[in-house]
Amino acid sequence: MAEHGSLSALREPLISEPRTLGGITDDILGQMQSRPTARWWIAFGVAASLLVLGIGSVTYEILTGIGVWGLNRTVGWAFDITNFVFWVGIGHAGTLISAILFLFRQKWRTSINRSAEAMTLFAVMCAGVFPLIHMGRPWVGFFVFPYPNDRGPLWVNFRSPLLWDVFAISTYFTVSAVFWYVGLIPDLATVRDRLAAGMKKRIFSVLSFGWTGSARIWARYETLYMLLAGLATPLVLSVHTIVSMDFATSVIPGWHTTIFPPYFVAGAVFSGFAMVLTLMIVARSVMGFEHLITIRHLENMAKIIIVTGGIVGLAYGTEFFIAWFSGNAYERFAFINRATGPFAWAYWIMVSCNVISPQLLWFKRLRTSVPVLFVLSLVINVGMWFERFVIIVTSLHRDFLPSSWASYSPTRFEVFTLIGSFGLFFTLFLLFVRVLPVISIGEVKSVLGFARAATKAPPAPAHPAPARTREVA
Amino acid sequence: MSRLVATFTDEAGLLAATRAARAAGVPIDDAYTPYAVHGLDEAMGLRRSRLTWVCFAAGITGATVALGFQLWTSVVSWPLNVGGKPFASVPAFIPVTFELTVLSAALVSAATFLLRSHLGPGRRVVPLPRVTDDRFTLVLGDGGESARRLMREAGAEEIQSTGGGTS
Repeated sequence: MAEHGSLSALREPLISEPRTLGGITDDILGQMQSRPTARWWIAFGVAASLLVLGIGSVTYEILTGIGVWGLNRTVGWAFDITNFVFWVGIGHAGTLISAILFLFRQKWRTSINRSAEAMTLFAVMCAGVFPLIHMGRPWVGFFVFPYPNDRGPLWVNFRSPLLWDVFAISTYFTVSAVFWYVGLIPDLATVRDRLAAGMKKRIFSVLSFGWTGSARIWARYETLYMLLAGLATPLVLSVHTIVSMDFATSVIPGWHTTIFPPYFVAGAVFSGFAMVLTLMIVARSVMGFEHLITIRHLENMAKIIIVTGGIVGLAYGTEFFIAWFSGNAYERFAFINRATGPFAWAYWIMVSCNVISPQLLWFKRLRTSVPVLFVLSLVINVGMWFERFVIIVTSLHRDFLPSSWASYSPTRFEVFTLIGSFGLFFTLFLLFVRVLPVISIGEVKSVLGFARAATKAPPAPAHPAPARTREVA
Repeated sequence: MSRLVATFTDEAGLLAATRAARAAGVPIDDAYTPYAVHGLDEAMGLRRSRLTWVCFAAGITGATVALGFQLWTSVVSWPLNVGGKPFASVPAFIPVTFELTVLSAALVSAATFLLRSHLGPGRRVVPLPRVTDDRFTLVLGDGGESARRLMREAGAEEIQSTGGGTS
């Protein structure tokens, strides 16, 4: 089946159990067509309840005003922007898997790219909520776009990083959605052709855009896929770069540093891979996809976590060193205050979760153990949330003038909104795994023969086999 | 014109049949596969897609429009002094220019792909059986006995003649 050099003894099959092409379709469609399990309903019930809690607190906040949050004149950004940066960062791993690993021809990505891309979309939706509700009057949210208006027209300030953010996030969402949908088209056609006539088949006919599997279209499709991957790669790097510029272009000590763009991008990939691990570990066991999302996939992701976690740790050290080395009293104070001030607990949670705990992954026994990976992925998610909280709140609460220093603690509405964003994320993800092919059927089929010639898909045609040919005149 | 539809159970058979048909000068109508079979475009003698040029042009257009628009609003339409920065502060306009370059290139490429491939919501097709699942089908533009023999030798599972079009 696979012809080009994939039979080296050094290569392991990407799909851990031998499967036929039709078997892969059965595996993935069977999951979609089976009735939801009790575990799915429990998970969905919990996620939807959290979402309702979030909707309730956001509604209350919008009706009352952002005074219901714990923000004050000194700490003007806290939970809201922390959550925004956290969720945008989560999304980055999805694009990294779907675009960057595609360009590097990392074939192991095929089993996880679909759900990782879906994760990106849902995470960016969660992220988008926060700047919108932070406006206080979200119904005038369209002011951020440069549209002709009767105020002059007074245009938006194109020199502001917050405006760059508007363009970065909306472009990121749009391009990720297009990339995801283009990847889905062939699989939607596979579903369409497997369904019996009825409402569902009609829906999938419309969604699959009339895909026939024509090789002429496949060739063009591959070109488009490569182009989109090539465009998404610099895009994903630009998004967190621009998010970091929200901070770096200001003059606040602790924010005003040139290290921010690479530091934020590495942190985003780090946290995103932790979230992909969390989701994949749950998904593979709940849906019985252990042969498609193998230990090897989990281990590869753990390796990326070591690398990006290392970059994040290095950035923490560099920040501290430069704060001392610069001789700037405010900068130096900001960092000493981070590690020893009133929010020192948050700083040390961040360091232990993000720098110390990933070091366990150096041991092969630990990074191939599913429970260890699951716990570590949660720990890293917590740590990366605290990283953003530390950067935002500790820098703001004690800036230049001690008379304007203040403290910050979240109100329950901020906590509920954070919880609600997790509810939104998991509700969408759980719906996604029920209604769409959660693993890229076509791409997995194309790597089925990878390093697996002996167990070729039956029936193995030792061609020529004219006797078997059925002829219809 | 009559057509020959040969179905294979794996990509190796399809590739062998396609190469044999091309070498023998049998016109190849199209092939239908459940995933992108690498090397099939060469075996069929397909031309490289020109979509890359569309993407490049769309990117250049997006960049020009984005930078031009920002300069126009900030220098011509309503020059506003923001922190003493020059009106034409090009470095500050780069992020938005970049984002719109990517946006325009991606959307135009995807739309061009759909238009060129005649794909879109509401398009109805009768696909060949199992080609989106586990069969590889080659459609030849010549249903003669020599073409049949080529397909048989390549190990076709089924060979069928049809009078009209296939999709």
